[in-house]
Amino acid sequence: MSTRVAPIPTDRLVVNIGPSHPVTHGTLRIQVELEGETIVRSACEIGYLHRGFEKQAETVFYEQVVPYAERLNYMGPIMNSNAWCHAVEEMLGITVPARAQAIRVITTEMARIIDHCVCIGANLVDLGALTNFWYLYNYREKIYDLYEELCGARMMVNYPRIGGVAADFPEGWLEKLVLVMEDLKNHLADVQGLVETNRIFVDRTQGVCVISQKDAINFGMTGPCLRATGIPYDVRKVQPYWGYDRYQFEVPTGTAGDTYERVVLRFREMEQSRRIVMQAIEQLPEGDYILDDPRFVKPAKDLVYNTMEGLISHFKIVMHGVSPPRGEYYSATEGGNGELGFYIISDGGPKAWRVRIRPPCFINYSAFPQMINGSMLADAIAALGSVNVIAGELDR
Amino acid sequence: MQQADITARLQARFGDRIVASSEFRGQSALTIRPADLIEVATFLRDEPELDFTMLMDLGGVDYLDYGDDREWRYEVAYQFYSISKNHRFRIKVAVEDESVQVPTLHSLWRNANWMEREVFDQFGVVFSGHKNLRRILNHEDFVGHPLRKDYPINRRQRLSRPIEHLIPDDPEWA
Repeated sequence: MSTRVAPIPTDRLVVNIGPSHPVTHGTLRIQVELEGETIVRSACEIGYLHRGFEKQAETVFYEQVVPYAERLNYMGPIMNSNAWCHAVEEMLGITVPARAQAIRVITTEMARIIDHCVCIGANLVDLGALTNFWYLYNYREKIYDLYEELCGARMMVNYPRIGGVAADFPEGWLEKLVLVMEDLKNHLADVQGLVETNRIFVDRTQGVCVISQKDAINFGMTGPCLRATGIPYDVRKVQPYWGYDRYQFEVPTGTAGDTYERVVLRFREMEQSRRIVMQAIEQLPEGDYILDDPRFVKPAKDLVYNTMEGLISHFKIVMHGVSPPRGEYYSATEGGNGELGFYIISDGGPKAWRVRIRPPCFINYSAFPQMINGSMLADAIAALGSVNVIAGELDR
Repeated sequence: MQQADITARLQARFGDRIVASSEFRGQSALTIRPADLIEVATFLRDEPELDFTMLMDLGGVDYLDYGDDREWRYEVAYQFYSISKNHRFRIKVAVEDESVQVPTLHSLWRNANWMEREVFDQFGVVFSGHKNLRRILNHEDFVGHPLRKDYPINRRQRLSRPIEHLIPDDPEWA
């Protein structure tokens, strides 16, 4: 017996994902052209969060850019402001004290851990696994509590300064940090146990939305997206700064370049960040947390209030800022999603002539249409989370 | 390779086609004309000793009233990186004014697509051969180019017209 089935209409259907949609975690718009459930062609529209960061950075003093910089990758804000200060210091030709470098390493790696917490947690929610989200966000709260104790703010900390950081660690803070870092193992084990060999997760992510090593390089991808294809490129390793070369850590890499590895790699990176923090605490040098040089750094408050020289230096910096010499400099650090670069051009004045940011998200995301073409619509959702697009950094 | 060696290599190869060079805090940069960009970029990528496999960054600069003897108003700065050699180099392209076009690097590095769109959006520099040169961060109806020095920072444009169609004819340029 044979049944006759009417032919199914195969017209292509254009679907918009976003701009306001739960999976976009911000405002992104992806337009896809579907044949059945398969994406044939796609394109992204970005710019919904464009605030003119680069223009704004030209109108304020170098040190006033610090809070703006934190609003780039707002999932690990201090990574950006530390990187900004580092770029300006390199332009000024100054080296921050060893203790300040270690403080930057510690705070940056804490930020990397919470950045990855959000990335993994939110991505798994898109796949229907809500529990992990609570587990990871719960841990993120603990790091936020530490930031709060350190500088009074949880998210936008405004803690780094040109020449060092705003204050030393409070009494007993490092002991708490050690406990929180040891706790990371438990949280990671909980989530990894639920995810890594989970049938649903593995089936939905392995071999899905693959980007090959060759394409990843050609697209200029960096960070976990590039490392998932097998290239161990990490600025902390290849061009170390802040004494990263003194710490023992590995750069985890994958081979497949698929959604699964982009996500799972981040677990291993969090573990490496924990190792770095523990070593930095152990080897924490004594000394100043900020450079003692009145040309670039405001003097301590008791000097400002009690000495004429201190008052003059304070006044000079507040009114005239710090001025790197005429020239241009590209400074790269490893952000949460890859190479975060600041290309600064100075005209010799206290405000930058031009600040160009190399946003890792922007460049990783530009490969996204190629990544999802040919895959299923639902897989594109999983891939979007694994690229970890942070709108603040994407749109600036 | 050290920055000075790369500079020397390029100077030996391209000679007087290099219109300016600069050095600051151990970083060198060479400025070239738009017409030479493809040749220089291909040389950087394919020369085994240089092996610049990645186009790390691409951004525009407006030098209006910068206060030097520069004969051009805009520059487009390209940051290259080599994974195998672990070295960086910066090439800048001098753009006299808006009428001068810069060739697209999309055929060599595909991430040039979005970054060139951004330079076009923010500075109005046009990239020849770019098949989807639309604004990227600002709305399509935006008037002017905000990162130009003569664009006032407080000028506001309220734009909300939805853009219906995003997918370009050639999906390579999405």
